[in-house]
Amino acid sequence: MVLQAKNVSFRYKDDGPWILDNVSFEVQEGERIGLRGKSGIGKTTLCRLLAGYEKPTSGEVLLDGKPVSAIRGYCPVQMIWQHPELAVNPRRRMRTVLEEGDRVSDRTVEGLGIEEAWKERFPTELSGGELQRFCIARALGERTRFLMADEISTMLDLITQSQIWNFLLDEVKKRNLGLVAVSHSDALLERICTRIVEIK
Amino acid sequence: MRSEREKEITERAVLEIRGLQISFKQYEKGFRQTNLDVIRDLDVTVRPGEIVAIVGSSGSGKSLLAHAVLGILPYNASLGGEILYNGVVLTEKMLKKLRGEEIVLVPQSTAYLDPLMKTGPQIRKGKNDRKSREKLDRIFTEYELDLKVQELYPFELSGGMTRRIMNSTALMGNPKLVIADEPTPGLHISAAKRAMGHFRELADLGAGVLLITHDLELAIETADRIAVFYAGTTVEETDAKNFRSCETLGHPYSRALWRAMPQHGFEPIPGTQPYVKSMPKGCPFGPRCPYFTEKCTEKPEWKTSGTGRVRCVLSGRTGAETGSRCEIEWQQKER
Repeated sequence: MVLQAKNVSFRYKDDGPWILDNVSFEVQEGERIGLRGKSGIGKTTLCRLLAGYEKPTSGEVLLDGKPVSAIRGYCPVQMIWQHPELAVNPRRRMRTVLEEGDRVSDRTVEGLGIEEAWKERFPTELSGGELQRFCIARALGERTRFLMADEISTMLDLITQSQIWNFLLDEVKKRNLGLVAVSHSDALLERICTRIVEIK
Repeated sequence: MRSEREKEITERAVLEIRGLQISFKQYEKGFRQTNLDVIRDLDVTVRPGEIVAIVGSSGSGKSLLAHAVLGILPYNASLGGEILYNGVVLTEKMLKKLRGEEIVLVPQSTAYLDPLMKTGPQIRKGKNDRKSREKLDRIFTEYELDLKVQELYPFELSGGMTRRIMNSTALMGNPKLVIADEPTPGLHISAAKRAMGHFRELADLGAGVLLITHDLELAIETADRIAVFYAGTTVEETDAKNFRSCETLGHPYSRALWRAMPQHGFEPIPGTQPYVKSMPKGCPFGPRCPYFTEKCTEKPEWKTSGTGRVRCVLSGRTGAETGSRCEIEWQQKER
């Protein structure tokens, strides 16, 4: 499988400023790409486009030749967000976050170090690192082929960061997933990626 | 009875925090109350002219410490231990006078700005005399901010502008103590270093700077000393340069942090920080520590280690003295 952005331009409002201007980008299965660039340059927007949350203003985003935003049912391109506390429903127990995923395997849940007791808690009763583990598990459903990881570890301490990334790397390699990682940390990107793309 | 060394520290320090405890009163079912001990035993000392970085995992009580010093904890929190400012116990009355003048906070998020007040008057705290206006103009020029920005409301600012404006609040008064709560999140390392340069200037003018961060790389680059927090306890306080190598670190948790950096192996230790309601007895790091012994269930005391101090039953010796303990930890991991 291959995920492509072809001459993508994007702006949020019809008269708004251009966020992305004629960007082309390609991820193969099994490839791990690091995205870096200044803040506000459109890294997150590119991820949102690739995962089908937004339609490009011009150009197209294709998964094996089909537009991503036209996919019905489970989307094989999944995104993990920067702020896990905003990516879960504050009124529902954590168990339901896992149920939102596509038959998340027990191996994934265990591998991420999610403890049984956490599943019965509400999001406010968990730390950022613990929440992010749930969000990652949710994105690693059975039919996921590509992962967008948008600054998933900036707010975490170093040990949690390396725990999460070590598991994620293993899983991505094992399942031959494509990965797009956004980060401000060059050291981190060099550690995890096969290729680094600079957005200008 | 306190030792000579401790006395000397107290005399010279701008801020000394000894055995700080913070607990929150919470309601369980019905009217039953419980006390949630969030911070159990925090120690940190800041001397004039130095930047002390506090690093630790999220939820280890870093921001609460800042709020405790400024006396802005929520109503259901209660405080134990001692906070000394220039050797005197900091009281509510003193705080009212010093807050914003000698003691300033650079807050963590944009939510701390008043949304209904233009940035210029907000930083000047309503003062409109010529001296403060000129001072503000000078600060804005230094930060490469357009003078027109003073006429904008907080919602009209970009993320980077807000960051610089919050940092500039620290420069307005004549601070003796600056507490910066995560001043550089999501910034590229070069931009973060530039921001830190301004704090260094304040320190050179004689202020003490307390930098709260989880970015160990930034702390190593910019701070003089580093205090490591784990689960509401200070486990190690040491010179920043000791963090350049694993051998010079005294506490197993500090070494684990070091090894988890992407440039130093990216090796995590298993497990997570204990939840406040199920805190282990004695050393909070005990359950995850490769050297856990019976002794660790008692509260470890401070011991000097190299140029710093560390709170560990085993240690007092640095890694180098115990025969490159880092190597041993590596090998255990591989097995």
